[in-house]
Amino acid sequence: MSTRELTCIGCPLGCAVTVTLENGDVTAVAGNTCPRGDAYARKEVTNPTRIVTSTVRVKGGVVAMTNVKTASDIPKDKIFDCVEALRDVVVTAPVTIGDVILPDAAGTGVAIVAARNVAALSEAQQQ
Amino acid sequence: MYDVAIIGAGVTGSAIARELSRYQANICVIEREEDVCGGTSKANSAIIHAGFDAAPGSLKARLNVRGNQMMDALAKELDIPFLRNGSLVTCTKDQDRGGLCALLEKGRKNGVPDLRILERDELAALEPNIGDDVVCALYAPTGGIVCPFHMTMAYAENACVNGVTFFLNTKVTSIRKAETGYTIETTHTDTGEAETFLAKTVVNAAGVYADTFNNMVSSHKIHITARKGEYCLLDKDAGTHVSHTIFQLPSKMGKGVLVTPTVHGNLLVGPTAVDVENKEAVNTTQDGLDALSRTASLSVKNLPMRQVITSFAGLRAHEDGDDFVIGEAPDAKGFINAAGIESPGLSSAPAIGEMVAELVRGLLSLSEKPDFVAERKGILRPETLSMEERNRLIRENPAYGNIICRCEMITEGEILDAIHRPLGARSLDGVKRRTRAGMGRCQAGFCSPRTMEILEREVPMRMFDITKNGVGSNIVVGVNKEI
Amino acid sequence: MKQYDLVIVGGGPAGLAAAVSAKDSGIDSILIIERDRELGGILNQCIHNGFGLHTFKEELTGPEYASRFIDQVMERGIAYKLNTMVMDISPEKKVTAMNREDGMFEIDAKAVILAMGCRERSRGALNIPGYRPAGIYSAGTAQRLVNMEGYMPGREVVILGSGDIGLIMARRMTLEGAKVKVVAELMPYSGGLKRNIVQCLDDFGIPLKLSHTVVDIEGKERVEAVTIAEVGADRRPIPGTEERYTCDTLLLSCGLIPENELSKSAGVSINPITSGPVVNDSLETSIPGIFACGNVLHVHDLVDYVSQEASSAGKNAAAYIKNGAPADAKTVEIHPVDGVRYTVPKYIRPSEMDDNLTVRFRVGDVYKNCCIATYFDDALISRRKRPVMAPGEMEQVILSKAKLSEYPDLSKITIRIEEGE
Repeated sequence: MSTRELTCIGCPLGCAVTVTLENGDVTAVAGNTCPRGDAYARKEVTNPTRIVTSTVRVKGGVVAMTNVKTASDIPKDKIFDCVEALRDVVVTAPVTIGDVILPDAAGTGVAIVAARNVAALSEAQQQ
Repeated sequence: MYDVAIIGAGVTGSAIARELSRYQANICVIEREEDVCGGTSKANSAIIHAGFDAAPGSLKARLNVRGNQMMDALAKELDIPFLRNGSLVTCTKDQDRGGLCALLEKGRKNGVPDLRILERDELAALEPNIGDDVVCALYAPTGGIVCPFHMTMAYAENACVNGVTFFLNTKVTSIRKAETGYTIETTHTDTGEAETFLAKTVVNAAGVYADTFNNMVSSHKIHITARKGEYCLLDKDAGTHVSHTIFQLPSKMGKGVLVTPTVHGNLLVGPTAVDVENKEAVNTTQDGLDALSRTASLSVKNLPMRQVITSFAGLRAHEDGDDFVIGEAPDAKGFINAAGIESPGLSSAPAIGEMVAELVRGLLSLSEKPDFVAERKGILRPETLSMEERNRLIRENPAYGNIICRCEMITEGEILDAIHRPLGARSLDGVKRRTRAGMGRCQAGFCSPRTMEILEREVPMRMFDITKNGVGSNIVVGVNKEI
Repeated sequence: MKQYDLVIVGGGPAGLAAAVSAKDSGIDSILIIERDRELGGILNQCIHNGFGLHTFKEELTGPEYASRFIDQVMERGIAYKLNTMVMDISPEKKVTAMNREDGMFEIDAKAVILAMGCRERSRGALNIPGYRPAGIYSAGTAQRLVNMEGYMPGREVVILGSGDIGLIMARRMTLEGAKVKVVAELMPYSGGLKRNIVQCLDDFGIPLKLSHTVVDIEGKERVEAVTIAEVGADRRPIPGTEERYTCDTLLLSCGLIPENELSKSAGVSINPITSGPVVNDSLETSIPGIFACGNVLHVHDLVDYVSQEASSAGKNAAAYIKNGAPADAKTVEIHPVDGVRYTVPKYIRPSEMDDNLTVRFRVGDVYKNCCIATYFDDALISRRKRPVMAPGEMEQVILSKAKLSEYPDLSKITIRIEEGE
């Protein structure tokens, strides 16, 4: 039997959670104040995941960059691959929250979507 | 072949350039930094001293008093912020009153007008925050405050308009006597390219490096020590803590530090005085900053040191002889020094300019330029206008309606002016020193990305090439994911 | 001169929520004045997720959170002006503003809501010795450069201060290709949220050095190295503990300061602890009809609380516009003591307040297994156990109007941290 001490990242409360493991299986979770903490702790010791946010360049928009994020959490060890996949991506304004930027982030099966609206520059502004 | 090559575009070199631009001559200024006012002139007390401090008969005494007298007309002609706020030298109960009287006597000998000693009651009425232990003070109503950036830039811009060529980012590597005049070898600080200048006469206004250049051509060696002075600048909220420039009577504990309002409404405390080996050591130190608040509190009480918005250090060029070294080197005809220009160098600059220009005029038998333009207009400050005038300005140029620096309320229009005027700004500090954008309490956190966009568009230049203050001080190093 | 019932200074999260709530409380003549080119304020550059769990029950990025409120403002047809700077607010609630198109103009407002947010403490204010080269940025300036402009401010980074923006930027810089060498924090505890230490530092193996500060900056043109040292209980560096890090960038995340220059020019009283206006239960400042909310009032940890607070300010401003100032009401001061640094609001009027009033505050140190105790004069009213409290996180007490009505002669309320159960 072993235990791991975690800080839950499910919400800003940051509960100190203790996970008890037996032969790699979670047998108990303690210290969490809500079910999210339980779920987070179980996942963190077996298959840790994160939401990844980044930026991609926008052509013809009122701002130069838009904000993107993975539509759901992806394996922690795929974070850098996911960012790398965005390296050369350029989108054209207008950009709307939820627009799919990449359908599959680094083979995770999770899409990368826009997380910021960017209006297109009017023709007058472009000149 | 230049008639005159001036080394150094600080206040001394710029003042000389401007005074010489009255004459028909081919003049250039060679400056290592990317902008004028990049060395000693940018980091000092910003004081126009009354002139009681220097030994009677010295160049410092004579040129300070003369420079001080010239300031009203000059400030008007070149549109420089200048205020005669008066200065006080405080004497505490533990100090010798005789020292103050000696200072008064010295000042009278130097020709400083209207000096008198104020007693505690009168002093406290004048300056409610004067230190509790201060018993009396020497009052010099002619003491003043100035913006050293604007003063230097005004001189340089006016020289430029009158035909002087400025070579910035150009570092002098050697000077030798030539058949006629001098050969000056330089390296461009950015490209590394070498360029040779030939000049009939050379004016050495190279600040802490003036000894190096003098010693290249003259056997009459001079030796300059860099004397570091650290300062703290306080928020405008503290700007009215005192209204006069408050000096301390020197004692065995040291020369003391001054507390003064600035022409822009901040409060300045400093300087320390430490001789340093490294002539590039413009770093502040924990000891220095600690010493400032400790020492300043002897003359001014309740100093709100929590309101410090920035601290900085400058290097004064102290010559071993303890006086300015101005004039032709005895064994190097046509090589004119303006060296050892430490305090009161800023105050003396107008008189040094006049003196050196007269010297060079004599040497080269220069005649006056009929179309010399004596007046220069500074950057228009919309905040000085009425709402009607301001709105007329914005209708003509909408950039004056767009605030870029929220702390100092500086508009895009002012920044455009700073970029497009003679010797215009090419860096964030260049914009800051000309307009004050970035000089306020948030210290450019808010406006620097916005100012960068303007520089990118207007100069134009690439974002990667935008610097804080010249070669090597780039603000960004690449784009996201590509560094 | 233009006239509006309500002028809201700032179109960030506080200004937006205040506008929506004022409109829903029956005020139609509202103008939001925003200095940037978009509504949303600082949220537009906060591209990380984690916003809005309380408000929307999901984790949004900053721009997503902002867009929810921007949509609400648009749906209600609330007027706003972008790229417009408020230059002055007079005690009579005359607002002077300026932009390129309208020039300088004045607005007569019946009520004003201050929602200007805050700014970051600069290197100068921290009085860090050393050179002054390029490469020293506040974390928020770096965040704007990276997230809005797409430019990297450096390759090798040291961060001073473990505020949330600093932690978030440690991750952002790392993900965009920079190497973050260390985060130094002057205090013996982090100023940021625990979750950010886990997912921004621990995930990437970035060390956090508590009780450390920067003692020297090298490099004349661009930062070349930064030296950090351990500090003692007096927060002064301990000689001999210096460690030098070569780097080209120093990011500062050393605290936020409410931006109250306009408030001060209007004559609003400022609380020296929060650097924000002193307000009563309606979030009204010392000048009747001028209200404040969000980070201009006190620096918040979560935007959700900003929205809640701003929503109250909007509702209260609407009531003021419709009903005018209430007749003289009895006012009770809240005294923050024993670890409670301040409270917002500072004054309450039992006759005027809502049925339940949230009083927010921060503690001055890390407290474990302590209680937040509330007293009406000497009577203990409530005692709530808190396993951990830290200065980086806001705490709250709810005051009930019903309970207060039981104490008609109340002269003061005290909120304190107490040990034990």
